[in-house]
Amino acid sequence: MLESIVFSVLNGLLYGMLLFMLASGLTLIFGMMGVLNFAHASFYMLGAYCAYTISSYTNFWVALILAPLFVGFLGALTERFGLRNVHKHGHVAELLLTFGLVYVIDELVVLIWGQIPVNYAIPPSLDFTLFTLFGTSFPAYRAFILFVAVAMFVAIYLLLVRTRVGMIIRAALSHPEMVGALGHDVPRIFTLVFAFGTGLAGLAGVMAGNYYITEPGMAFSMGPIVFVVVVFGGLGSLGGALAASLIIGLVTTFAVSLNYSVADLLAAVGLGLDGENIAGGLAHIDLSRIGQMLPYLMMVLILIFRPRGLMGARES
Amino acid sequence: MKHYKGLVRRAVAAVGVAAALAVPTLGSAADDTIKIGYIDPLSGPFANVGDAGLKHFKYLAERINADGGILGKDVEIIGYDNKSSAQESLQILREAADEGVQYITQGNGSHVGGALVDGVEKHNRRNPDNRMVFLNYAAVDPALTGEKCSFWHFRFDANSAMKLQAITDYMAEQDDIKKVFLINMDYSHGQAISRIAKEMLKEKRPDIEIVGDVLHPVGKVKDFSPYISQIQSSGADTVISGNWGNDLSLLVKAGAQGGLDVDWYTYYAGGLGTPTALGKAGAEHVKMLTEWQENLVEEYEAPELREILEEFEQRYEGIEFYYLRIKTQMDMLQQAMEKAGSTDPLAVARALEGMTMETPFGTVTMREQDHQLLQPLFISTFSEDYPKYDSEGSGLGWVMNAKLDAASTAVDSVCEMKRPSS
Repeated sequence: MLESIVFSVLNGLLYGMLLFMLASGLTLIFGMMGVLNFAHASFYMLGAYCAYTISSYTNFWVALILAPLFVGFLGALTERFGLRNVHKHGHVAELLLTFGLVYVIDELVVLIWGQIPVNYAIPPSLDFTLFTLFGTSFPAYRAFILFVAVAMFVAIYLLLVRTRVGMIIRAALSHPEMVGALGHDVPRIFTLVFAFGTGLAGLAGVMAGNYYITEPGMAFSMGPIVFVVVVFGGLGSLGGALAASLIIGLVTTFAVSLNYSVADLLAAVGLGLDGENIAGGLAHIDLSRIGQMLPYLMMVLILIFRPRGLMGARES
Repeated sequence: MKHYKGLVRRAVAAVGVAAALAVPTLGSAADDTIKIGYIDPLSGPFANVGDAGLKHFKYLAERINADGGILGKDVEIIGYDNKSSAQESLQILREAADEGVQYITQGNGSHVGGALVDGVEKHNRRNPDNRMVFLNYAAVDPALTGEKCSFWHFRFDANSAMKLQAITDYMAEQDDIKKVFLINMDYSHGQAISRIAKEMLKEKRPDIEIVGDVLHPVGKVKDFSPYISQIQSSGADTVISGNWGNDLSLLVKAGAQGGLDVDWYTYYAGGLGTPTALGKAGAEHVKMLTEWQENLVEEYEAPELREILEEFEQRYEGIEFYYLRIKTQMDMLQQAMEKAGSTDPLAVARALEGMTMETPFGTVTMREQDHQLLQPLFISTFSEDYPKYDSEGSGLGWVMNAKLDAASTAVDSVCEMKRPSS
């Protein structure tokens, strides 16, 4: 039991931190610019594919630096030549643009790299067992993912709260005219924020692409859950995104490892249920089978009872 | 506001152009082609699998056409994207019927296969002049040739019960297997494996303990490490999984990362990107049961298959020839049409019933009772020490461990086929 709990916590933390790497960029962009970037997971996928291509010519460490920069650059182009132009037509136009971008990037990835997964491997220097606990080994790469995610959170936090740049960014969010009147180039700040956010998605792709699988469906499979994290944590809140990522990571992991059904719990307190009637049948479904559904359920519940999310600043 | 109208107008124009480009010119295909509608996911998490299947069909159809076609007609493969959805597939079925498609084929997902069996049955009852035949190349739920069996459905892949029969026959001889863990995708296919594997193991090796039996959501799990922890703590030495596509790759990969030391008995580790994703993680530990793997041409005299596998790989970079059963299906369809002297679905279906064909690996038979193909199956291991062909350039290839004759893979069926009188 103890080993199962320890590993569930470790696995949950890791999954949560990976989610956070992805969600932080999305929530930043939304918080700063009010743009809900549907294509965020697509930039994540681009990060993984770019890292694969770059690392096949050089090595993983070069890719770790260059791929996020490149994805961020693509993000900057998107903002400068796409979003900025439709900005005057309101949020719906921006939303539609990023929505269309999802399909464009999906098709481009298939055109360039093909439908079949690419062989983006964990670098040999990180491909070893860090420690073994209860007979299960903990790979060094996982520790590296955790390390990068934590470093990322700290860096973003310090950047936003402790630096002059962060101050201007936050000011541009709430009082763009005032910041513009003070001589700052607000549109350029927006471009930078968007580039930074998509760059973070790219970084998440670099880290997760080889840990999972780099294939054209990866954006599709990651997209919805990232939105859940951001909504659950509160749109625009970095701390909320961190908390929501960890909660969702832990909940899905524990749901699998506990593997009990409602019926088991009822039986434990002395209430037997047979699987014959519908209620009994539902109660007999193992938690692990519905574990992946729990985050969505949590999102629905939080939207009903606390629409601004865990730590969101605004009501709508 | 003016700008906005302009934007809308431009958007509408763009959509119009896109739609015009996307809709295939109706009526361009001549009536003297034999149309086969391929209904499988071409987008979404299993797009890679569906795309590879389509390429197999197109390639094999080209080979037939280059040889003069069937009864002088060319074979045309039309790909439809069903997005892995049964609902979508039924819509496509109607669409295909309107376009004059008489033969449909599908493989990915027995939930879709089951819907199509029903759909084709209904369609044929309502449109006796415009019937359809469903050629199933990979949906392996035993029910499709069991309680749900249909005269219009033919399955060219061994069904799940047959595969498990073969796997458990082989496992019964491996004395070092003591504890088995079952992990499968949560739909009819995975549920059938979980049920049948337990029955068969209990019968053949009562000493083997089933230490776990887990079903997980289809195509939704990104991180399999919690499942791996579960397998680890169960003390299993062997895992049976009918997972396919990324659900298999991610599972085995997570196992290797967690240092899980078990043998994997799988159905679908052999191709379509899975060997690439597995890499060294799968070496010596992943076994599969299939009707084909490339290195079989080293064991058996099969010049045509050698040519196909080499040509296919050259032509579609990154995809290897994986579905021998698609070739079997196309060859048998051709034979049946030639035997019937017609492409009429009823005549062809009658000709297919009970048909036998010689292949390099042995005789295959389309069993009359339930329209289930009986074919030789092979157990192979993913290894760094392989005879000739590696898998997807991974530096690892498949080594044959055992051959199971067509007859030994047969499992009784409860099918009571209702045949049309005319």
